Amino acid sequence: MIPTLAIALTAVFTAVSCALLGAFLVLRKMTMVGDAISHAVLPGIAVAYWLSQSRASLWMFLGAAAVGVLATVMIEVLRKNLKVQGDASIGMTFTTLFALGVILITFWSDSVDLDQECVLYGEIAYVPFNSWSMGDLNMGPIALWSSGLLLLAVLGYIFVGYKGLKLSSFNEDYAAVLGISVAAWNLSLMAMVSFATVVSFESVGAILVVALLVVPAATAYLLVEKLHHLLMGAAFIALVAALGGYACSRWLDTSIAGTIATLLGVQFLIVLLYQQLILKRNHHAVA
Amino acid sequence: MLDPIFIKVLLGTLLLAASSSVVGAFSFLKGESLVGDAIAHALLPGVVLAFILGDGRNPLFLIFGALVAGLIAHYGISFLEQRTKLKGDTAISLVLSTFFGFGIMLLSAVQRTGLGQQAGLERFLLGKAAAITLSDLYVFAALAVVLLVSVAVFFKGFQLMTFNEDFAAAIGLPVQAIRFVFTILTVLAVTVGIQSVGIVLMAALLITPAAAARAWTSSLRLMLVLSAVFAATAALVGTVVSASLPKMPTGPWIVLALGGIAFISLLFAPEKGWIARRKRAKGNQLKTQRENLLKLLYGAEEREGETVAMTSETIVAMRRQHLDGLRKTLRSLKKEYLLVERPDGFALTDKGRTEGRRVVRLHRLWELYLTERLGMAADHIHPQAETMEHIITPEIEALIVKELGNPELDPHQSPIPYEED
Repeated sequence: MIPTLAIALTAVFTAVSCALLGAFLVLRKMTMVGDAISHAVLPGIAVAYWLSQSRASLWMFLGAAAVGVLATVMIEVLRKNLKVQGDASIGMTFTTLFALGVILITFWSDSVDLDQECVLYGEIAYVPFNSWSMGDLNMGPIALWSSGLLLLAVLGYIFVGYKGLKLSSFNEDYAAVLGISVAAWNLSLMAMVSFATVVSFESVGAILVVALLVVPAATAYLLVEKLHHLLMGAAFIALVAALGGYACSRWLDTSIAGTIATLLGVQFLIVLLYQQLILKRNHHAVA
Repeated sequence: MLDPIFIKVLLGTLLLAASSSVVGAFSFLKGESLVGDAIAHALLPGVVLAFILGDGRNPLFLIFGALVAGLIAHYGISFLEQRTKLKGDTAISLVLSTFFGFGIMLLSAVQRTGLGQQAGLERFLLGKAAAITLSDLYVFAALAVVLLVSVAVFFKGFQLMTFNEDFAAAIGLPVQAIRFVFTILTVLAVTVGIQSVGIVLMAALLITPAAAARAWTSSLRLMLVLSAVFAATAALVGTVVSASLPKMPTGPWIVLALGGIAFISLLFAPEKGWIARRKRAKGNQLKTQRENLLKLLYGAEEREGETVAMTSETIVAMRRQHLDGLRKTLRSLKKEYLLVERPDGFALTDKGRTEGRRVVRLHRLWELYLTERLGMAADHIHPQAETMEHIITPEIEALIVKELGNPELDPHQSPIPYEED
């Protein structure tokens, strides 16, 4: 497969998956929990690498998902049982887990093929070099497959759980009356976010996942009112940023993940300016 | 390890960590912990741009770049929160991730030229105290001292702004100006702090020492001192480990040490720690059960007109209480001579009768108070009195008695039993 196409497709699959999940995080005011999970999965990934000695293994997904859910539970324990205020409990949890992850990676740096730079920037440029094969058949880059599967999983999750996710995002009380468990949808969403983080991790790094989760959804949120518009808008914005960011990074010779995040920021600024200047003026004219 | 340069780096790092944790304590109390996290990430493009545009070797340039980027991020978050329909958490994570992404993009451009590695821009990400040059350290240490002095000078203003901004405005304090000073100090504290723990983990230095200190004290002054001590202790651990293990970054060890300190504090601190609160809850539970038992026996005596003994089986049947719990309650009452164990069961001693009478009196006084003063119906007041009888202090009791004019009967026409003296 052409390397450029492999990178571009991986970037698009990852970005769109994160943007779709991020829409629900923005609606639930839980973006910082998503941020926390994206940092917190690091020790899980480190331990799984060390145990299995390979990337993209089942171990890695299980380890990371377990730590992602553990982080959610830790935040709740700090808040409810240890009486630490909400945002402080988020900050304490993710910094401690991330620190543990960096320490583990440094300790095992001889046996674990994962360094601090990969954690911070991601290595999407190396996607084409990590291929897997079935027998003699070269199946193409691993990251392309895993991000494609991620997108399918996210689409399936939203398709199956649309009603529950929608109701529990907008009106918890009403959802509870209808017999929809808000806690269960929360936990399943967090598990999906952990999953997305692990898959995106190698490509874009731990911190820029947050940009993919939050910025497309926040940009679309400024413009639309309905949930399905929000989802489509976020996916479209992510798609544009992924392709445009990759093109710009080749042109400027800069970090792909960093450039995608920057482009997301630029798109947001343009929409913000449009919304502040044009929409507000029209609003005044009508009023 | 004990060479003079190491000692200087160590002392400098302790000062950096301590001073930024003191400023962080205020944002912790204001419930704005994660704004500091966003500012820390947002500093990256400022620092890298300052390196590209200015003299990369001069720490003052980097501080200036950081200050500008931090202020833009801070006001950007406020703008998004106030002027758009985005919520606080989205505004924070949006600014955090886009600024950081832009910083990474710039950093990757600088690294292509090979200058970045030389300047040690990498150390901003995860912190590596051992890589700080001595002249840098002097500048940042001086900044740390400025921070501590500013907090001391503006203490009163910050205190009012943190706990009651409306009140501060009402008594004529220039709230806007104090807020601005605090914002500048926060950005400077983050700039100083990332020298030791790095950008990614900076939030820990602002939040964790404060959360740990808060478990030990309610005094703001003491809390600031404790935060500084905790942060310095963790910085000591981080610097020593980073100096002993060649590839180890400082930041993660400082953060892990801080996490340990916070964990111990939140569990074991007297009064506000988890164990102390559990103990208190258990103690309250036992007190309530003891008082209920004395009340039960006193009520039976009141009906029968003579001393009554009850077996534990009878009590279990009447109170629907678990036998194990009851045994514990009975043991504790016997130990203090409030009950005696007779062949036919447990009976009140004089001391126990006085105590039982007190609980019944409080119950009936509160029922009367609820009907007389709050106009509640007589059949709705029992559950409330069940709780209040364990809480009302002798001082409040005296006030209620006075307020109601030494009443004789409760709303159900039962006599209110006073002490005969």
